[in-house]
Amino acid sequence: MTTQTSPQQSAPLPSRWERLRDSYLLYSFKRDPIAQLSLLVFIVFVACAVLAPWLAPMNPYDLAQIDIMASELPPFWIDGSDPAYRMGTDAQGRDLLSTILYGARVSLIIGFGAVALQALLGVVFGLLAGYLGGRIDAFLMRLADIQLSFSTLMVAIVVGALVKAIFGGATFSAYAVPLLVLIIGLAEWPQYARTVRASVLAEKGKEYVDAARTMGLPSRRIMFRHILPNTLSPIFVISTVQVANAIISEAALSFLGLGMPETHPSLGSLIKSGFDYIQSGSWWITLIPGAVLVVLVLVINLLGDWLRDVLNPRLYKG
Amino acid sequence: MSLLEVNNLDVRFALRRGDVKALRDVSFTLDRGERLGIVGESGAGKSVAAFSLLNLIAKPGYIAGGSIRFDGQELNGMSDRALRRIRGNRISMIFQDPMMTLNPVLSIGEQMIECLKAHRRIGRREARAIALRKLEQVHIPSPEARLDQYPHELSGGMRQRVIIAIALLLDPDIIIADEPTTALDVTIQAEIMDLLLELCEKHNVGLILITHDLGVVSQVTQRMLVMYAGRVIEQGPTREIINDPQHPYTQGLMNALPQMATPGSRLNQIPGSMPSLDNLPSGCAFHPRCGFVTRPDGSERSACRTRVPEFVASGNCRVACHMVAEMLDQERIPAEETPR
Repeated sequence: MTTQTSPQQSAPLPSRWERLRDSYLLYSFKRDPIAQLSLLVFIVFVACAVLAPWLAPMNPYDLAQIDIMASELPPFWIDGSDPAYRMGTDAQGRDLLSTILYGARVSLIIGFGAVALQALLGVVFGLLAGYLGGRIDAFLMRLADIQLSFSTLMVAIVVGALVKAIFGGATFSAYAVPLLVLIIGLAEWPQYARTVRASVLAEKGKEYVDAARTMGLPSRRIMFRHILPNTLSPIFVISTVQVANAIISEAALSFLGLGMPETHPSLGSLIKSGFDYIQSGSWWITLIPGAVLVVLVLVINLLGDWLRDVLNPRLYKG
Repeated sequence: MSLLEVNNLDVRFALRRGDVKALRDVSFTLDRGERLGIVGESGAGKSVAAFSLLNLIAKPGYIAGGSIRFDGQELNGMSDRALRRIRGNRISMIFQDPMMTLNPVLSIGEQMIECLKAHRRIGRREARAIALRKLEQVHIPSPEARLDQYPHELSGGMRQRVIIAIALLLDPDIIIADEPTTALDVTIQAEIMDLLLELCEKHNVGLILITHDLGVVSQVTQRMLVMYAGRVIEQGPTREIINDPQHPYTQGLMNALPQMATPGSRLNQIPGSMPSLDNLPSGCAFHPRCGFVTRPDGSERSACRTRVPEFVASGNCRVACHMVAEMLDQERIPAEETPR
């Protein structure tokens, strides 16, 4: 038994791991034009959202910049447009391009925030249920069943209505973003919990878990340090789907008037605000943000599909 | 007093149709630095015995009775927290399949450091140094580089060395090795066994070797237990048992070794198979497969069917067999009569 491999000068740990994983990820990424395009569009979206304050021609939150006389101007390719508002304006005279940029920012923040909360709750509960089993498992999974039997919209409507009734509409508007994150996050954690629990049950029977127990490691460490990293692939995959879902949920809630207030519109509330004018010919106020929302969600879903194919162990091992 | 004393250990699995007795009345001792072999067919309860020593039997299983005294402490009924301080630290374990026992997503060094830090208050740097020293002890080439490698980058033999290094990490008093070489190919088996033997001798570590390879047991261990259907049926010094097995089952095992067969003819085997634990035959569990139930004169020894045999001393060995007991009685009577 001699060593043929002459490993590189002990490189820092994560870099080698990343290189290893990346090699397959990159390989499949290079051969998938849809994934490349999706990632490109997604990065553009995120960049635009992050850089909105610098990219947008005006600040739609700043009432002083809004000119009510410039309301309902069409986008540039239609007669009667104003070159200052290339994508047209909405009913309040806000530049639509700026509003969309700011709106995408709000939508993405809520989407990722809600998914982070879902993942946190779902992973912890799923690990506990799967690893400890017995009563804890039964309790947590019944809790998940109950949670899933309420639709996200229903939870949101009840919580939103309660907050509005108790604290008033102004408080709701001020805390709309964290509230929406909380509502969507709480409504969807069982998706994670179930997936994580299923993979934990599969991992728990493997010998390395027995070995970790014979080493005298405490259960907490075995769960988070040994089992969790082995269940990451499905977590990644559902995360992409869940981000898209959360963005859609937020848009739906905003469209129903339970989400972001019109003074701080997300893509959903923008669509809603334009909906009243669609009959009067100002279709762009609704359709342009609508198209942006569709593309954003589509791109995330396509990335998720690709990731699922890459991380699927059955395909992975060929 | 022995380092490890197991007395009348009873392990059961609570199944829906009732308790299944996986271990019954198992007793043995292990001294510091002593090497003990446990042999038997698959399903005889060898691995259950190993796991129950650390109170780690999987869920429906539980210890129904008996005592496990380790270094003066009773392990049966000890709290999980206290047991964790013993597991891996004073008693460590090596498993059968080196492909499965290392966590695939953690580097070798990470797994070793973690084990050290779970038992000792030391820093990462110090833990890494100890891990490196242990890898050197198991003769792994370029140990420094191995620390940052992942299990899939190592060969099977190399992984088993890593696992031995992990078992030795905290200088335990006892290592339980559950078929440590079965999953390896033959050339590496000997190397790994030699390594284990060398390290146990050097560091005065007790070894409980669970295997069905009588060859390995005879080379490595000083004493051995033969198990059948959850019971110990013969125990004593390895050399005596190998050279002169008393129990018909042990004789059958020896006979089944390939080197015992005449070249060109079929290998010997013990007829039948091990009974299922939830449906054990009455009396001696081995009697349906035993060729000695009928005495040489043609009469039948009914005790084999009706009574569980007690241990009788034969030389330095203890054997649980009616036939052996009967023979010993017959020898003793004329011997006692001579002085008259």
